[in-house]
Amino acid sequence: MAKTQHKDIAMNGDGAIAYAWKQIDPDVCAAYPITPQTIIVEDFSKYVADGDVKTEYIAVESEHSALTLCAASCSAGARTFTATASQGLAYMWEMLPITSSMRVPVVMAVANRAISGPINIHNDHGDAMAARDTGWIQIFAHNVQSAYDNAIIAPRIAEHPDVQLPILTNLDGFILTHAVERMTPVDTGDVKKFVGEFEPVCPLFDFENPTCHGMLDGPDYYYAHKYQQTVALGNALKVAEQVFKEFKELTGREYKLVDEYRCDDADYVAIILGSSYGTMQETVDQMRDAGIKVGVAMTHVYRPWPEKELARIMKGKKAVAVFDKHLSIGAYGPLYPEVVASAIDLDEIPKMYNFIYGIGGSDVGVDSLKEAMEKVVDGSAEKLNYVGLKI
Amino acid sequence: MSKLNLKNMPIGARVCNPGSSEAVLTGDWRSYTPVLDREKCIDCLNCWMYCPDNSVDVKDGKLIGFKMSHCKGCGICAQVCPKKAITMTEV
Repeated sequence: MAKTQHKDIAMNGDGAIAYAWKQIDPDVCAAYPITPQTIIVEDFSKYVADGDVKTEYIAVESEHSALTLCAASCSAGARTFTATASQGLAYMWEMLPITSSMRVPVVMAVANRAISGPINIHNDHGDAMAARDTGWIQIFAHNVQSAYDNAIIAPRIAEHPDVQLPILTNLDGFILTHAVERMTPVDTGDVKKFVGEFEPVCPLFDFENPTCHGMLDGPDYYYAHKYQQTVALGNALKVAEQVFKEFKELTGREYKLVDEYRCDDADYVAIILGSSYGTMQETVDQMRDAGIKVGVAMTHVYRPWPEKELARIMKGKKAVAVFDKHLSIGAYGPLYPEVVASAIDLDEIPKMYNFIYGIGGSDVGVDSLKEAMEKVVDGSAEKLNYVGLKI
Repeated sequence: MSKLNLKNMPIGARVCNPGSSEAVLTGDWRSYTPVLDREKCIDCLNCWMYCPDNSVDVKDGKLIGFKMSHCKGCGICAQVCPKKAITMTEV
């Protein structure tokens, strides 16, 4: 039984994130509006203007400035949030690895949108995947409720003493950012208690103990600091599990490193990311009704990569279908090689297929996912497949 | 300075002990050395003002030489000297 009770409300994903931020009341927020993240920034700046939060809201001239400011203010010792999407995240790119190397736990919501060009404002995971190697923690939402819940969970993982790394909370553009869904918020007092006070480590604004951040490294220390980051990002797996456990005790809602649906006795498993996790659950139910044992898993925590949990889920399966909402042009989808690498130690490696889908917002519903999974079951799928390509 | 290792190294390349730049002997980097011609020097102290490493030695308002522990040999002192009293020579 959940400890916290609250009346259900109807909200879109962006609004839900702004609402969670209002409840958390961060010290600083610097962001630049960009579709489909705009509602987060609009709603939150309204909360600031109305005096609902004490947050210092800083309107900046670009995303590059937004993240530079966030890294600096978090270094100073302020809990700092920002949000962006697509080109905005691309424009921040230079600051992404700098922010993570400075070990400041900035929280950033990303409304996943295709990267230009051609110019496209619709959903795919091109923006998040381009930020994959920058040392940030990345978690994904599959509905409005989990987008809201991730916003509350994120600072707890990022600010943990064993982690101290920035975090991206992803939600699918338009599909989640703009669609209104019913969701259960957490009581504001409980959110504040759950998230707690930010306790920065050697902040710049500790004038008794002056420190210097953002320093230069020679080759030896650069390598060593990158190794330190690798250890810290790995620690985030254990920390995330603990935070998910506490969140379940508070709300009754359960999240795992890899969320899974009907995988236990499945012969075929789909691995997918974001809102399509829900679409695939419906697909699984329909195929199960037809007597085919299918299941679906979603890497709720995408960075650090939850290899052990994925290997456990894939163990003993006939085939695994990896669905990627991004294409590393000239190779595979970004999830596929990592899923394959995670299966490599299994005694019997399942057949592994890669499906590219939903690129630039191309619509993928139950029918096309079912068609893809049927090809996995009868073995007619190629190694690399393109779902819903209309030419 | 004690050698840092993976365990005692501060995270994020932070420097947590103030004034530590004094211990980093940037004079090691030098490939050119400033040499003063005392005859030409008028003690205007332009070099003292411009030196980025506080390496110009001044006593009682007079230029007495250069502190080599931190002089990187950048040559700014020679450039700004109005009397060309400083020449940069190979180490």
